[in-house]
Amino acid sequence: MSSGLYSMDKRDFDITLDPKNMRPYGDTMNDGKVQLSFTLPMKADEVAMEAAKQYAMKMGIAEPSVVNMMDLGVGFSFFVVFGSCAHTIDATNIKVVKVESSVMGMHECDEYIKENIGRKIVIVGASTGTDAHTVGIDAIMNMKGYAGHYGLERYDMIEAINMGSSVPNEEFIKKAIELKADALIVSQTVTQKDVHIHNLTNLIELLEAEGLRDKLIVCCGGPRISYELAKELGYDAGFGSGTFADDVSSFIVQEMVARKK
Amino acid sequence: MKSKLNLDFKVVDKARQSAANIAVETQKFVEQHTTVAVERTICRLMGIDGVDEVGYPLPNVIVENIKNNGGLNVGASYFLANAVLNTGLSTQEIAEKVATGEIDITKLPAKSDSEIRAKADEIAKATVARIAANRAKREEYLATIGEGPKPYLYVIVATGNIYEDVIQAQSAAKQGADIIAVIRTTGQSLLDYVPFGATTEGFGGTYATQENFRIMRKALDEVGQEVGRYIRLCNYCSGLCMPEIAAMGALERLDVMLNDALYGILFRDINMQRTLVDQFFSRVINGFAGVIINTGEDNYLTTADAIEEAHTVLASQFINEQFALKAGLPEEQMGLGHAFEMHPDTTNGFLLELAQAQMAREIFPNAPLKYMPPTKFMTGNIFKGHIQDALFNAVAIMTNQGLQLLGMMTEAIHTPFMSDRALSIENARYIFNNMRDFGNDIEFKEGGIMQSRAAEVLSKAQVLLSDIEEEGLFSTLEQGKFGGVKRARTGGKGLDGVAVKDAKYFNPFIDLMLKK
Repeated sequence: MSSGLYSMDKRDFDITLDPKNMRPYGDTMNDGKVQLSFTLPMKADEVAMEAAKQYAMKMGIAEPSVVNMMDLGVGFSFFVVFGSCAHTIDATNIKVVKVESSVMGMHECDEYIKENIGRKIVIVGASTGTDAHTVGIDAIMNMKGYAGHYGLERYDMIEAINMGSSVPNEEFIKKAIELKADALIVSQTVTQKDVHIHNLTNLIELLEAEGLRDKLIVCCGGPRISYELAKELGYDAGFGSGTFADDVSSFIVQEMVARKK
Repeated sequence: MKSKLNLDFKVVDKARQSAANIAVETQKFVEQHTTVAVERTICRLMGIDGVDEVGYPLPNVIVENIKNNGGLNVGASYFLANAVLNTGLSTQEIAEKVATGEIDITKLPAKSDSEIRAKADEIAKATVARIAANRAKREEYLATIGEGPKPYLYVIVATGNIYEDVIQAQSAAKQGADIIAVIRTTGQSLLDYVPFGATTEGFGGTYATQENFRIMRKALDEVGQEVGRYIRLCNYCSGLCMPEIAAMGALERLDVMLNDALYGILFRDINMQRTLVDQFFSRVINGFAGVIINTGEDNYLTTADAIEEAHTVLASQFINEQFALKAGLPEEQMGLGHAFEMHPDTTNGFLLELAQAQMAREIFPNAPLKYMPPTKFMTGNIFKGHIQDALFNAVAIMTNQGLQLLGMMTEAIHTPFMSDRALSIENARYIFNNMRDFGNDIEFKEGGIMQSRAAEVLSKAQVLLSDIEEEGLFSTLEQGKFGGVKRARTGGKGLDGVAVKDAKYFNPFIDLMLKK
């Protein structure tokens, strides 16, 4: 199966880095090495192994090595494949949409609010729709925060209200009106069958129908949420994995100040 | 078993006594009340199933008929038995006629209390016999085809489509799984009815319905024969339909049920009065049906810190143990929950996890502890995640856990692929076999990190329990002492379905199942 510990192949490619034609890196520039794994609905045998190999070739992988095949029972097999990918990417011409605000720590953020807004701001958060997961909204809002980043409840200048999980969008909006919220933050963890998209879209539609959309800063977050997706759905910002309360608060306060101008 | 931790069992006894007193106090409340869910469960156990012409479950139709006429406090057993005596119809036929408006069971002439009670007992006994037969069938399977060694390998399927779940479950069983849990669709715990029939659309899981239970039970029995191991089926009796799902599970021979009121109160915002009453009946059913319950303490550590709040897990396990005993559920069916959730950067975190898992083992020696994998600090780095799961498996085999919910390296990314499950099972089998008797061969250093850790957690748990004993369980929950979550006694979902029992009230199943 695999070709042994050391590669004896002669290199027939240029090993100088070319950012306009970049390829993945294994142990030599431009070798294009990738690893992937997938399951095929076939029982594990020579035919399945060959099918996996040919499938990898269709993905642009030259000389794929199917290094492991595992029978999953009931007519399915799992493969681990290594190979060199033929495709290149022009890394000099990549555009990403990202949050423009700079990230401030908790104290800095409290100071910023005092100086630029001059009152406590109100942020209402929830895991909305049928989503019963509180882990995301808790990481951002709970006093304790997450991974050393304090949550919004600990900020002196933020009145943070965490409504918990499975909050219907209607109730969420009702609370926002009642508390005169400045910003709403929504967490979505379950993404199966795009349930998060439907739910997030529904919130924006309801806010628009109530004439509230422009009066509020509305952000969403979750492991499968990107800034780009959030913008597409009509949110002011989106926060994916690896973002913390600081990222969210920094964006909200700077956006509030920007809108005042 | 010689204690590795040198625990002070005087402190254990004191903690257990406080928990027993807490349970006695709460039980007084429970016995004075019934709920719409308890009454719907009685309907189901008295033979009512199916839906009306708009798809509304008939048990709900009956209980609404009773509730709207002010009879909830008298209970469904009374009205159903009286209706059978009056009409000569079966309970199912009566339910169908209530649905079409032909009968109002609260308006029929009342037979004598003794006749009604006798009729209710007669109907109840037939169902109780069916559940006893299911239990005997399980025992026969275990005696003939056998089971895997503990810790049982416990995996979830969550496709949303029961037929797809069957494929995933059979595949997992072939790879070595011992328990298959069909995760419920997100939000089902907040529905105040149980959906009907086979379902193929769910989000993050599959609806718990009696037909879905039946389909999966059959599939697991088939694959169990093939692989030569009885494959246990797990579902979730928590939320607003807690006892109904227990009843459906008992009727369809489920083997394991998540069943924890505290979990529902804290993490699903179910009203505490409602769900503690529901929990009692559901545990009576689970106890009688031979179902292993799982409690949800592990979830505390997904919101609160696993090091700082470990004692709340232990305190809750003590309380859950006493609640279970009150409902006639023996220790051997108590899958008390805990989890491997410390931050992976913690220096000596493995020792702390090992100490806590061993502590649970020594304090609850007969309970098939349910050990939950790392979830909070799983990141998307699947390679590291697989190692976190390996350490979790090492702790489990060293401390003889009962039900090992296998961690998936793709936790926090997606519901498991078939291959994720296979790799997890491979991971666990490797470690369980390679380290099989490691726990029996080692002792812990006297006064070392692990002994000190266990003593600290135990002592904090004992103090917390004595506080709760003084305060009462309801007000403790109002103060947010578990999982850092505060819940009001009259807040949350489902309070309007609670009623104080009338003097006429009876539930024939409690006596029959507790063999009073």
